[in-house]
This record gives sequence, C-alpha cells and structure tokens, in this order.
Amino acid sequence: MSNETTHALALAPEDLPGAESFFKPHRIVLIVLFGALVTAIALFMRWDWLPRYLPRLGTGILVSLAMLFSTSILGFLLAVPLGLAQVTGPWFLKAPARLFCTVVRGTPLLLQLWLLYYGLGSLFPQFPAIRQSFLWPYLREAWPYGVAALTISFAAYEGEVMRGAFAGVPKGELEAARAYGMGRWTLFRRIWLPRAVHRALPTLTGETVLQLKSTPLVATITVVDVYAVISKVRQETYLTYEPLLLLALIYMCLTGLLVLAFRYFENRIPTRGA
Amino acid sequence: MTEAAEAIAVSDLHKRFGPLDVLKGVSLTARPGDVIAIIGGSGSGKSTLLRCINMLELPSAGRISVHGEEIRMKSDGKGGLVPADRRQVQRIRTQLGMVFQSFNLWQHMTILENVIEAPVHVLGRSRAEAVEMAEALLRRVGLHEKRDAYPAFLSGGQQQRAAIARALAIQPLVMLFDEPTSALDPELVGEVLSVIGDLAQEKRTMILVTHEMKFARNVANHIVFLHNGIIEEQGPPEAIFGAPKSERLKKFIRSIH
Repeated sequence: MSNETTHALALAPEDLPGAESFFKPHRIVLIVLFGALVTAIALFMRWDWLPRYLPRLGTGILVSLAMLFSTSILGFLLAVPLGLAQVTGPWFLKAPARLFCTVVRGTPLLLQLWLLYYGLGSLFPQFPAIRQSFLWPYLREAWPYGVAALTISFAAYEGEVMRGAFAGVPKGELEAARAYGMGRWTLFRRIWLPRAVHRALPTLTGETVLQLKSTPLVATITVVDVYAVISKVRQETYLTYEPLLLLALIYMCLTGLLVLAFRYFENRIPTRGA
Repeated sequence: MTEAAEAIAVSDLHKRFGPLDVLKGVSLTARPGDVIAIIGGSGSGKSTLLRCINMLELPSAGRISVHGEEIRMKSDGKGGLVPADRRQVQRIRTQLGMVFQSFNLWQHMTILENVIEAPVHVLGRSRAEAVEMAEALLRRVGLHEKRDAYPAFLSGGQQQRAAIARALAIQPLVMLFDEPTSALDPELVGEVLSVIGDLAQEKRTMILVTHEMKFARNVANHIVFLHNGIIEEQGPPEAIFGAPKSERLKKFIRSIH
C-alpha cells in the first residue's frame, strides 16, 4: 500500500528515537532510580510466601479472566440489540432499552451485585420449583450472580456506545447497500454492524479495561478471583504492601495484554491519520 | 410487447415531502441503449426522480417499471406508497447500478471487497468468480493497483471510479448516476467523466443526473429538463441546447454559460 497509510496509534520504527538520542542524562537517571526501586522491592521486602501461593494465584488470575471474558462477550451480545433498539427500534423497544441503560448506568455496580446475590440469591431457595430445577446446583453458587451483575453492567455501558456507533455509520453507506439489493439482515451483518464495531473499537478497549478492574468486586460475594487470593495472602501472612504491589503488577500486565490485543484488531482496518 | 422493450418506464410520478411537492407527475421512458441526462436547477427534483426509480425514495403516486416488470406498491395509509413486496424491490434493485454523489464506498472494506460485496452476498456468486470479474472492472476504471487499499486513502476521483466498478459488478441493466461529479475537486472531474463516457460508448443504458452540460450534450442521446417537479422540455441534445423552446430552459442554459 502507499506510504500515506498510517495505522492509528501505531508507531513506525523511524518514529522511535535511536539509541544515542534515547539515552539522555535525565532518562539515565530515571532508569537508574527505577532499577534501584525494583531491586529494593525485591531485596528488602518479604517475598518468601510467593512460591506457596503461586498455584492459587494462577487459579485466581484464570477466574478473573474468565469473569472478564464471559461478561464482556455476553454483555456485548446484549449491547448490540440494546444499541440497535435505541437507534431504529419502535417505541416499545426503544423505551425499555433506554430505561435499562439509564438505570444500570445510574447505580453503583457493587449495589447491583449485592442486590442480585443477597436479594435474588436468598429469594430463590423459597421456591420449591427452583430448588428442584436443574439450575439449582448453579444458583447455589456465587459466580452466576457475579457473571449476571457484570454482564448487565457491561451491556448497559456498551449499549450506549453501540447506540452512538450505529447512529454514526454514514447513511450513504447503508443506502448504497440497499441500492444493490441487500436485504435487511445482510445489510446489518455485512455493513452496519462491522462498520459500527470498527467505529466503537477504541471506546470498547477502554470499557473492557474498566471491566477488568470491576471484576474484583465479585470477591465481595465469595468468588475467589485473583483479588480474593491476595486478600487471603494478606490475612495469612500479615503482610500489606507486598501482596498489593503484586496485585497491581498483575492487573497492569493483564491491562497491557488487553490493550495490545485490541490494538491489533483496530489496526486490521487502517484509518486515515488526521 | 412494446412494454418489455423499455428498460425503465416511469409514469405520472409524484413525490411529496410533507407540504412540499417535489415531483408533480413525471413520466420518463428509457429504451435499451438510451443515455438520458436529467438536467435542471437545484430543487428541481432531478435527484429525487432518480432515487425513486430504485425506490431509495418512495414515490407518493405513480408507476415504475424496470425491464417491463412493474414495481408493486401499496398505499401506506398516509397518502404515500410503500413496496408491496420487499423481495421484488430487492430483486429489481440488482438490475440498477446506482452511483452516488458522495461515492458511499464501504469504508471498512478494501476496494476489491467493495466491488465483490454485492455479487457474493446479494447475487450469490462464488468468491473466485466475483474476484475475477472485479479485477477486470477495476482494470477498466484504472484502479487495479489500488484493489487492496481502503477507500479513505483514495482521492475523490479514484473513489468515484471504484464506486462505478462496484455498480457495474452486479451487471445491471441500467446504470443510474446521481450527480457523480458534484462532490469532486474540479481537476478530478475529467477522469470520472471519461469512465462514464466510455460506458455510454458501448451502448449501455444509463440515466444521469448531472450539472456537466457539455458532458451531457456529448454523451446523452436524450436530455430531460426538469423544473419545479415537472418535465419542462425534453428532446435530443441538439434541440435542447441548440434550440430551446421554453423560456425557463433558455434562462437555465444562459445561467450556466
């Protein structure tokens, strides 16, 4: 492709400073300071507990990731009809979709989580029909309530994002699709949805990162994610800073990986750099 | 069967936007091989007329036939018409290759993907077959080396030529051009007009809404002058531009020279 192609946010190799121009005195000082900090943390803080907890930490990270991916995917699947209903739906779909987004976005996630877990969770056992149903083994657990609360929250925020993204697809492109004989479903599947998702991707990246950092809330309803494991470490070792520093590092690494993955998808379709 | 010989037949078409009468009974016939240029001032209804032919704009009254098949319409209960059979409209649209003023290429697809989209996903052609045809069409409009570029990286003239290739890819019976050069910088108009001119040369049926009078005079065999929603005057280009009869057409021709 021509050299006018620019990938959004991607740096070309020539944009990076060369080795000699990179190592300026102030940078060297900062690097040395950072190195000293890391060494001090490693040498003077207590990390002897780490090997013992590694397997549990690994499981915790997997639980956190499972929470993130399941709720983001389910939430996004709900967000598409929520956004679409608000853009083109008849009033009896538009009004509930708008109400749902407003109410969920207007209340704290922690409150929603507790209302589901302590509210519904204590209501369900009172109905014999539910206790005898095949769902009961799951409804007795905590994680379905965590998944439900996080999914609902993500759906509401993304529903708003998708509303904007659907509305922002140029009318002319939809008209062109109709002009060549596309039916409604093909038009939606081939043109409207992919175009809207592409427009929404930068926002979706941010929202997914926020969703990752909402997952520790499920620890409050006894789901053992990485945050819950770290809390356990703190209780058992009476250490404060070390486990929390490790937790911060874990979330930072996960966020970094997420952003890289999304950036890859964003750059699959180059947008013109302004 | 004179009916079947007509590529497009529009009769007594009316279009109202609320209180505004945009078309007040327009009839128009295009036989195979005709190149019809619709001219007129802004607000004369010429784009609306073109957009009614493929039902992007729903007429308020009147009849439209494509290749002898009348588009079935029913009343919407509010003084307008809606298609009686959406599938029929979709099928008929695949016989009409529309080119828009603002190109309307799909920005999330490469040029090649834009061109094969309708053949593959509307007409159900195989991808290989569609790609082969698309490459030939892109070569024709001089864009073969841009086939993997995204529309945003092309100039307006290149985008419009790609849009023409996209419209040709459905192998339409009639090409519809809605002011194809109005959104272009002056120096890019020529490349698009030459592609359209080539299509006219090979006796392709076309209806063209345009402000390029010289071009209309050169390629069209029939000129329709629309004013205030009615056909004020129509005829061969020599008559329209050489010996205009109505006062309004005379004034219009003076105003553009």
